[in-house]
Formats: sequence, structure tokens, C-alpha cells
Amino acid sequence: MAKYLLLKHYRGAPAPVNNVPMDQWTPDEISAHIQYMNDFADKLKDTGEFVDGQALEMTGAWVRYDGEGKPPVTDGPFAETKDLIAGWMIIDVDSYERAVTLAGELSAAPGKDGKPIHEWLEVRPFYGNAPTITE
Amino acid sequence: MEEALIRSLTPAVLGILVRRGADFAAAEDAVQDALVEAIRVWPEDPPRDPKGWLVTAAWRKFIDATRAETARKRREEHTEPEQGPVPDTDDTLQLYFLCAHPKLTPSSAVALTLRAVGGLTTRQIAQAYLVPEATMAQRISRAKKTVGDVRFDQPGDVATVLRVLYLVFNEGYSGDVDLAAEAIRLTRQLATVIDHPEVAGLLALMLLHHARRASRTAKDGSLIALAEQDRAKWDTRLIAQGVEILQNALAKDQLGEFQAQAAIAALHADAPKAEETDWVQIVEWYDELANLTDSPIVRLNRAVAVAEADGPRAGLKALSQLDPELPRYTAVAAYLHERDGDERTAAGLYVEAAGKASNLAEREYLTRQAARLNRKGPPHQ
Repeated sequence: MAKYLLLKHYRGAPAPVNNVPMDQWTPDEISAHIQYMNDFADKLKDTGEFVDGQALEMTGAWVRYDGEGKPPVTDGPFAETKDLIAGWMIIDVDSYERAVTLAGELSAAPGKDGKPIHEWLEVRPFYGNAPTITE
Repeated sequence: MEEALIRSLTPAVLGILVRRGADFAAAEDAVQDALVEAIRVWPEDPPRDPKGWLVTAAWRKFIDATRAETARKRREEHTEPEQGPVPDTDDTLQLYFLCAHPKLTPSSAVALTLRAVGGLTTRQIAQAYLVPEATMAQRISRAKKTVGDVRFDQPGDVATVLRVLYLVFNEGYSGDVDLAAEAIRLTRQLATVIDHPEVAGLLALMLLHHARRASRTAKDGSLIALAEQDRAKWDTRLIAQGVEILQNALAKDQLGEFQAQAAIAALHADAPKAEETDWVQIVEWYDELANLTDSPIVRLNRAVAVAEADGPRAGLKALSQLDPELPRYTAVAAYLHERDGDERTAAGLYVEAAGKASNLAEREYLTRQAARLNRKGPPHQ
């Protein structure tokens, strides 16, 4: 088994095919989209491949250490950042191919006119454990 | 005996162990073990004296743990506490105070209250707050250390206890444990050991909100605003209970913020239809609440009530005096502009508000509002 992170971006990913913002959909189209996402997570829970899924707010800040006795420096909220992560799902699957298949399925969530969004998701493998038996 | 009933004995049993000389942290572990055993054994073999059974079982577990500890340390001396009599005093209230002690952070106080007063297991609490069990175990054990030297008979502050219970209630429910129901149970129990109008006020507030729970979300999980809720789904028994508790509290003439909030909830619950809501009285209660708390959030809610009572322009005027950085300010502005007939501005503000929402349900709700308005007119640019 290997773990993969499926990353969804608010900004920074190439534009999806069906690129209409959600406030231009009908309320039913919004419901259908949310239902699809929930069903997808439920399905992976059933197959024993789901690890975690979280959504992030659109705001946040950069923070760094500024030296002894000083409060950390903050920069932001990062309104102008080119890349902004919206959320993730972590899956534990048998192969890279399986991870790609699932990411493709997630990207097919319905959007405007009930047609798949075709949004780009980033698929990132986790580092695994060093094997016990090496020879 | 159902689990909640078994768990309701937790503080009384724990209080007795501490009175007998057990230290709080060890006694709490022992009571927890005894509860787990009770939940396993009692359905088949219910005891005649549940509390006595739990005290005996918890004391035995405490002695076993103390012996094991003593052996581990290879101490020669006899450190086992003597078993004293079971006193009549009920230390339930003291336990609430201890678990909400001002030295604890809110998250530690919540966790410790749910375990030591509520009798929930660490696993249940961890699940409810979506953190790993080991993390929650550590949080609870550190909390116990923090209050380890607090004298048990010190008077505490009811206000800190109420803040903890309010936090638990607001967390709602996820996983196996219904935290809202648990908060109501703990507040009810608190109300039996202390006669305090704000305890009653918080209990009334919880009951009045809980009564509307079934109508607050649609089948697909999306939020339904108060005005759109199916009032036939409201739990009239809980509402009647909440109103009665509130009236008795208000009669004592010591107004506090929870009583004022409950009064607002009661006025909503009292309206058979949304348009029959007594908004004028609600504005008056918000004024009381603003006097009591000086919270900008209260003034934001008041602006909505003013709009309902005196029209959207009056609401927008009240809103204009508040800080636009307040949470939900943009959502309120969107709503008031829509009420004022400016749907184009409202749609844009709903989109902006969705971007600022602090939870997914709210974000989706606000996006839907924008979508609804955009369907009616030309899309907002």
C-alpha cells in the first residue's frame, strides 16, 4: 500500500474545462456537486482506501521566526499568492495507477449544466517506510 | 440502564473517591475504568445500588493501581490510602468548577469536563473533536496535572463552567457522540446542584436551539435559514421546557447574557410563522444583550433584527456603524441589500462572504444565495 495526496487548488492549477464559478450554477447543480464529493469519500471508506479529507479556508498568512525575543513576522493574508490550496484527500492504495484513476474520478465531479468540471488535481506520493527486508 | 444514565453517576462517584483521600488524577482513571466495566456488565446484571456498585468498583481499581504503582517504585512503605466512610456531601458542583478551572485552556477544560464529569471515554472525546486518541489522552492527562494542586473545596466561578458547557454545545455532533445532547445533559445536571439564573438561562438557550435541530439542515446536509425552516419539525416539548425554565430564571431579576440570548431564541420559537416574529421585542433584547456583553457580534445580529423591525434601510444604517472586518459582516450586508431590493449588489456580497466563511456549510449556503440571485438577473461581474 502507498499513500497519495490528492490536492485541490483554489488558484495555481491549470484552468478546468468546465470553468464556470459556482455562484453561476443553479442550486441543484451545487447540490449535485456536493453529493458527488461526499459519495466519492464514502466509496473510498467502503473500499478501505480513505485516510483523510479536509477543506481549507481561502485565507491565511505567511509566518517566520524573527529572532530571539521577537514575535514572529507575518505576511498576508496571502491575497496575491499565485498558488492557493483549497483542500486535500489522502488515500492509501495499491498502486500509482489506482491513485491516478481515483483522482480522475474525483475531477469528474459535476459542475455547470451537470457536466464534469474536469478540474486539475495534483497527485503527490508520500515517502514510504524503509523496508525491513532489503536483500 | 442506558449508558447516559450510568455516566450521570460519574461526578458523584469521583467526588467520593477524592473525599476518601484519593488524588484527583488517579481517582478519575479509576472511575473511568469502573464506568467501562459497568457499561459492559450492567445490561446483563443490573445492580440494586448503582452508585454503591460504582464506588466499590472504582475504589478497588484505585487500590489496584496504587499497589501496582507502589510495587513498580519498589517502595517498602505502605502508601495505600485508608478507605474512609462514604460521605453524604455531593461534590458534583466542585467537580464542575475543577474541570473548568481558569488555569486550564478552553480546549483542556472541555476535554476534562467531558471525561471527569461526563464520563465519556478518551476515545469518544477524540472522535467527537476529530483528533487522534493519543492527542486527546495527552490533553486530558496534562489538564489533570494542571489542576492537581487545586484544593477541592475552593469555591469556583459558575461563569467559567457555563462557558465550557456553551463551547461543548456549539460543537454540535460528529461521529458517535452527540455533543449538543451531552452539553444539555451536563447543564441539566449542573442545574440540579446549583440554583443560578444564568445556569437556567444557558439550559433554556440550549433547549430552544436543540428544538430546532431537525429543521436546520436539508437532506443533502445544506443549511436552512431560520425563516425558511419547516416549523412543524420543531420540538414543541423542548420549546415548552426551555420557555418555562427561562421564565423562572427571569423572575429572579438577575439578568445575564445567557438569559437574554435564550429570550431571543424563545421569541423566535414562539412565532408560528417567520413573518409573525416579534422583531421589535427581539431588538429590545439585543439592546439588553449589548449592555451586558458589549460584543460587536451582538451588534451585528442586532442590525439584522433592526432591519426586520424597521426596514432594511434602518438595518443598513445600524450595520454602517460596525467594523467591516467582523466575522459574517459581509454575509449580513448581502442579506440586507437583498432585502432592500438591490439584488445585484447582494449577489456580489454573497460571493465575497462565501470566500470569508469559516465553515463549509456556511460557505455552501452563501454560494447558493449568490447562485439563486444570479439565476434571477444578469450575472454579476
